[in-house]
Amino acid sequence: MFNMNPKKCEMPSLDPNIRNTNFEEVALGYTEEMAIDEAKRCLQCKNPQCMNGCPVRIEIPKFIALVAEGKFEEAYQVIYASSALPAVCGRVCPQESQCEGKCVRGIKHESVGIGRLERFVADWHNAHTEIEAKEIVSNGHKVAIVGSGPAGLTCAGDLAKLGYEVTIFEALHVAGGVLVYGIPEFRLPKAIVQREIDGLKAMGVKVETNMVIGRTITIDELMEEYGFEAVFVGSGAGLPKFMNIPGENLKGVFSANEFLTRVNLMKAYKENSTTPIKQSKNVAVVGGGNVAMDAARCAKRLGAENVYIVYRRGLEELPARKEEVEHAMEEGIIFKLLNNPIELHGDETGTVSKMTCVEMTLGEPDASGRRRPVVKENSEFDLDVDCVIMSLGTSPNPLIKATTSGLNTERWGGIIVDEASMTSVDGVFAGGDAVTGAATVILAMGAGKQAAKGIDEYIRNRG
Amino acid sequence: MYKIIKKVSLNPTVTLMEIEAPFVAKKAEPGQFIILRVDENGERIPLTIADYDREKGTITIIFQIVGASTLHLNILNEGDCLQDFVGPLGVPSHVEGLKKVAVVGGGVGCAIAYPIAKKLHALGCEVHSIVGFRNKDLVILEDEFKQVSDKYVLMSDDGSCGQKGLVTHALQALIAAGEQYDEVIAIGPLIMMKFVVETTRPHNIKTMVSMNPIMIDGTGMCGGCRLTVGGKTKFACVDGPDFDGFEVDFDEAISRGRSYGDFERHAYEKACNLYKKEVQ
Repeated sequence: MFNMNPKKCEMPSLDPNIRNTNFEEVALGYTEEMAIDEAKRCLQCKNPQCMNGCPVRIEIPKFIALVAEGKFEEAYQVIYASSALPAVCGRVCPQESQCEGKCVRGIKHESVGIGRLERFVADWHNAHTEIEAKEIVSNGHKVAIVGSGPAGLTCAGDLAKLGYEVTIFEALHVAGGVLVYGIPEFRLPKAIVQREIDGLKAMGVKVETNMVIGRTITIDELMEEYGFEAVFVGSGAGLPKFMNIPGENLKGVFSANEFLTRVNLMKAYKENSTTPIKQSKNVAVVGGGNVAMDAARCAKRLGAENVYIVYRRGLEELPARKEEVEHAMEEGIIFKLLNNPIELHGDETGTVSKMTCVEMTLGEPDASGRRRPVVKENSEFDLDVDCVIMSLGTSPNPLIKATTSGLNTERWGGIIVDEASMTSVDGVFAGGDAVTGAATVILAMGAGKQAAKGIDEYIRNRG
Repeated sequence: MYKIIKKVSLNPTVTLMEIEAPFVAKKAEPGQFIILRVDENGERIPLTIADYDREKGTITIIFQIVGASTLHLNILNEGDCLQDFVGPLGVPSHVEGLKKVAVVGGGVGCAIAYPIAKKLHALGCEVHSIVGFRNKDLVILEDEFKQVSDKYVLMSDDGSCGQKGLVTHALQALIAAGEQYDEVIAIGPLIMMKFVVETTRPHNIKTMVSMNPIMIDGTGMCGGCRLTVGGKTKFACVDGPDFDGFEVDFDEAISRGRSYGDFERHAYEKACNLYKKEVQ
């Protein structure tokens, strides 16, 4: 009755040497047969650990049991009760360190492919249903959401289900936040994000683009002049970090945010786009997170011959999702691990031409628990590059802090919140990267969910 | 959608547009900028705000036709709409408390210098405007500047109007003549601002410059607009666009500004040919 195959059912994907020349989605998803087969690998634990690994506590064994029975729509409803964006999470969650990391099947063999099943269920639902306008009785309370990334969309969805009149304010010209400007098409097709947003609109959520909260309207004004009783700040990660090494402002040196925004948001890879991107031959991406993998794989698709991931720790320490690292390797990305740049050099036109690196070894664990990289003596070497992409994380955008009276932040800029997700300003809540610093889509969603609960309680208590 | 309610050609390459954008108009201050997109595939074009009318709910922009996107923008007429229009972005120019200021504008930079001169004038500050153009056909906002300036000096490269020479010559002459400025505000091509700073530095006159680097989102996300100011990396979109000119690394900014030179030329030629074909 259970499928005792030690390995996950493989998910079909495009051939690496074809896909690294286009922007089509890499992973193709399970068929119905594959999904049922994989679902039967779940042992239906009485005390399911997988749920403890899920930041939004999806009832994982319950939805998987329904998949095993071929009841895909019912399975979707189970996921949807906890997660506002199943099709997104199935694609971008780091399952190996969350649900799948706790799966008992994973102790001796491979865990159940929970992420792949979630994705299958969400795609099945999207392919078999139309978005319908939902009749929700308004409770007459208005809530504003700042930012339309995963935290904001989740918070908006949960509040709309409860009857709140929700308006999302987005600074860019399209909604979706990092799901649109950051994560590439080949990993998360933008049509999927759009469908999730259309679903929210069908529930009555309003989306106002081209609104920079803090400039166009301040949070104080949203509450005092526009009648919003509560505001959720999910404004995301903010300004890119640089290494502060010589040569970082040479031409051809980008933050990953800029590079990915040009490619994903402005569609620089398409014929009809008017936003340019530099054609490069040798690209070095500095950093080892998901964003670094995305940038490297985009650079390869734009026609670069050699694309390097330059990371100061080792393979085991790469913070990126395992599947992204595997996909990047299959696509021919060259991993220069235990390497760290110390200087960038330019040619006579002021364009980067060479990167000097040092080799590293791993020493004692540091405050983060990861082994601290130490420079190896006399290990300097040069790498020929004509493009360098810095993917070192971000620091929170100072705009909201600067324009909201009484809003307390950490010294590094993160907004401080209490257990109910409320900031130091009454009625103003926050979550996601604006609070934690750069993290993952699912953690931002978890924060959006928690804030929705906090906002609901706050408004109820006000009466 | 953001409707164009007025379009005036100020000279063959510079156009003024008044755009309906009530939320932006409500907040706009001199020195701030907006970002617009002409259509769905359009670039995000940052432009400094030239004027605003809070009651009408409009923003005035003045732009030079320099590339494919501004050419495309210039094809639109009164009654047409822009796809996107967001702002006001950046930190407003600091104008309070100044008693005597030299406002130096070069070329289309005068469009941005003018609202600052106007605001200073309204605050009771003595304003000396020094504006420079390549030749008489390119002069813009002459009457407007005169109305808000206690002194107006017009310079041209070829001497076809005003005095022949550069704005720095005029500024140098005024300083030499004993004019004591609290501050000099310079807005124009990078090379002009660089030399204005070199003119004022020996006299230690505080000099503010308005930087307009390449940027995409304009809200503090992409980092494309970074500059070195006082040895530190700053972002023009959230830390600026105004910076202390003595601290700005102009040579780096000039180099970075040329990042897409070839692409821009190519796109501009392609766009020109396309419009020529349509006209035929």
